Amino acid sequence: MPSLGADMESGKLVHWLVKPGSVVRKGDVVAVVETHKGAFEIEVFEEGVISELCAKEGEELPVGAPLARLAKLGEAPPAAPPKAPEAAPKVIQVSAPAPVVETERATETPASPSVTQPASRLRVTPVARRRAGELGIGLDALKGTGIDGSVTLADVHLAIAKGVSSKAPSPAAVPTARRKGFDPDEMRQAIAAAMSRSKREIPHYYLTSTIDMSRSLAWLETFNKQHKPEERLLPAVLLLKATALALRKNPQLNGFWENGRFRPSDGIHIGWAISLRGGGLIAPAIHEVDNHSLPSLMGALHDLVGRARRGGIRGSEMMDPTFTITSLGDRGAESALGVIYPPQVAILGFGRVFKRPWVVDEQVTARPLLTASLAADHRASDGHVGGLFLAAVDRFLQEPETL
Amino acid sequence: MNEQAAKAGANRMTYREACRQAIREALTNDPRTFLMGEDVGLYGGCYAVSKGLLDEFGPQRVRDTPLAEATFVGAGIGAAMAGLRPIVEIMTCNFSLLALDQIMNNAATIPHMSGGQFAVPLVIRMATGAGRQLAAQHSHSLEGWFAHIPGLKVLAPGTIEDARFMLKAALTDPNPVMIFEHIVLYNAEGELDPDVIHVDIANARIRRSGRDVSILTYGNSLPKCLAAAETLAADGIEAEVVDLRVLRPLDNATIFESVARTRRCVIVDEGWKSGSISAEIAARLSEDLFFELDAPIRRICSREVPIPYAAHMEEAALPQTRQIVDAARSLVKPQ
Amino acid sequence: MTEAEIRRLACEILSDIAPDTDPATLAGDKDIREGLDIDSMDFLNFIIGLNKRAGVAIPEEDYPKLFTMDGVVAHLIRETQDLPGAQ
Repeated sequence: MPSLGADMESGKLVHWLVKPGSVVRKGDVVAVVETHKGAFEIEVFEEGVISELCAKEGEELPVGAPLARLAKLGEAPPAAPPKAPEAAPKVIQVSAPAPVVETERATETPASPSVTQPASRLRVTPVARRRAGELGIGLDALKGTGIDGSVTLADVHLAIAKGVSSKAPSPAAVPTARRKGFDPDEMRQAIAAAMSRSKREIPHYYLTSTIDMSRSLAWLETFNKQHKPEERLLPAVLLLKATALALRKNPQLNGFWENGRFRPSDGIHIGWAISLRGGGLIAPAIHEVDNHSLPSLMGALHDLVGRARRGGIRGSEMMDPTFTITSLGDRGAESALGVIYPPQVAILGFGRVFKRPWVVDEQVTARPLLTASLAADHRASDGHVGGLFLAAVDRFLQEPETL
Repeated sequence: MNEQAAKAGANRMTYREACRQAIREALTNDPRTFLMGEDVGLYGGCYAVSKGLLDEFGPQRVRDTPLAEATFVGAGIGAAMAGLRPIVEIMTCNFSLLALDQIMNNAATIPHMSGGQFAVPLVIRMATGAGRQLAAQHSHSLEGWFAHIPGLKVLAPGTIEDARFMLKAALTDPNPVMIFEHIVLYNAEGELDPDVIHVDIANARIRRSGRDVSILTYGNSLPKCLAAAETLAADGIEAEVVDLRVLRPLDNATIFESVARTRRCVIVDEGWKSGSISAEIAARLSEDLFFELDAPIRRICSREVPIPYAAHMEEAALPQTRQIVDAARSLVKPQ
Repeated sequence: MTEAEIRRLACEILSDIAPDTDPATLAGDKDIREGLDIDSMDFLNFIIGLNKRAGVAIPEEDYPKLFTMDGVVAHLIRETQDLPGAQ
């Protein structure tokens, strides 16, 4: 079970897209996992044959628990436990990309909906759960006669006496699905936890710069005039690219604070804060932002925002951000002083562009101005670095043609 | 006074008489032992436990003190460190709070702080509990508080036998030992087994065996639990009643063994529920025995009020047999 | 295109973008972006939708004209008059 964010402790395997014997290649989506942030597509890192699915559909698993085993291509998937250590299948290292996830499958009703099962979580006493597990009895087969309708040890023993066959728990045994998609209340809790942790642990420092956007916007206007609406760019992509290039020059802001020290990241994967209709927000990554052209970045952003709102963000996009941007857009406030998403070490907030007086060549003139505010972790960097970074963002936005 | 001796054989006595015999035995057998406290001499003890002992042993061995708990408990600690074996009586556990500094910061602590160079073989007896309309300043159950303190042993005799023999074991212990005698039990009467002349102060005891539910208790709740078990038996429910006896250190082994067997547990504690010894036991059960439990743990404790004076209100505030029966039955036979 | 057709088309596109809203209830002079709480990416998607489905060119400088439903209707009526097949 991959960690899809610092605040994730467990995830539910909603369904498998592969089965034992499936041949998978690096990057294939193999499963859909659901967290309080919604459903995510989980991809495999290595080529091979699925030899065993360890996790059952509907099962809630802690981060780090094995989901499946992977054998090398060409090896027979071992039916019995493998003997030679070389033949031992690897635990899949999963992350994510690739499209395709059918909502219908996630919402399928179990074949035999249990009538007796209470709407809430099935109550099973600790010893009954343990014993049923040892005997391999599905809990859905049991009728609870204990306190508050709980399944007790006696109920398990009665079921055995009645000859309930020992088998793996059926899908109905697991608490029936929250539907694919996020739960606003849980997401609120998750945001509360992550942001509280941030403000508790991270000594933030803040720097703000005002950036003249006239060159960038003029360039954008010219570009967009020559293109059809679907090929046009939003100012956001200029901000993304300028930020990525500035991070390349100031790598102390791109990475993670872990175990009491800063670990820089090799790639520049910028988390883009996206507010969700109905409440909450997520900040999935656009990978390798500095290596994208502007049109390709626009495509990536368009795709990401769409999937964030529909569902279908990949696990790796949640795991990988090395830096976050929160941009308030054209209806937002003037500036945004962000809260760092741990274990990242910085967040850049862009306000709305306003026309304001500005001094150019000793003359006061109206210019479209953008307030860029950096919040950074003082454990990992000092204000000097932050200042250099903001200056670099400004410089790149003055040369939009080079972006 | 030998109050019961005329009515019954020498082995039949009250809890009060058992306490008195225990003190008498200690004073007789060990010249280092003396009894000290408010009104223990001329008056004979506020619950008449030490009646007659002043005449028998003289004012050197049975000493009246001023109304100054911190002073005479402190004196007891000094005497114990200097080699004597004092028995200090505090009238009620409510008043023990005046001596809390001496008990916790000195008696419980000195053996640790001195690296074991100083033992504090002190016994502090006091009355605890409610049920005799003595109102809020004389009716509380603070043994659970003292059970919080490392360095102390905390005893709660719930039977005539324990009242008779726990003191002897406490006096041989090198640590400060606190004995909480329940005010309602003083008049309880029972037969002593003539073969028993010694009890341990380490273990809980199963007072009644059963397989369906474990009822854990101590002190004056013990007879209530035994009565509840009797009622439950008529209903086909076999309750096991475990007398904790020693609240610090708790006898995990006996408690866990019983609950692991019955898989259900009711804890009955005359202290207030919040932060009580019952809370400690429930926490240990959920930490160490979680996967053996077949029902939630239930607790019957005193209502969270200062114990009222009026008889009907006092009764309503304390754990009663009916509640114990209901709680146990709800775990074994829901609906 | 008629006014009714334009309104229906605009509402369809907006419903896709903001599925939890009912664009048909929006006042004609109300800023769509505020009324439906949509951001610049959403608005761009709206423009793309209008461009593709109504077949009209929408240069960037015309965007402000399309911030209200009345504006969308007026702009599209004018722009679709000259298109082949227009009545």
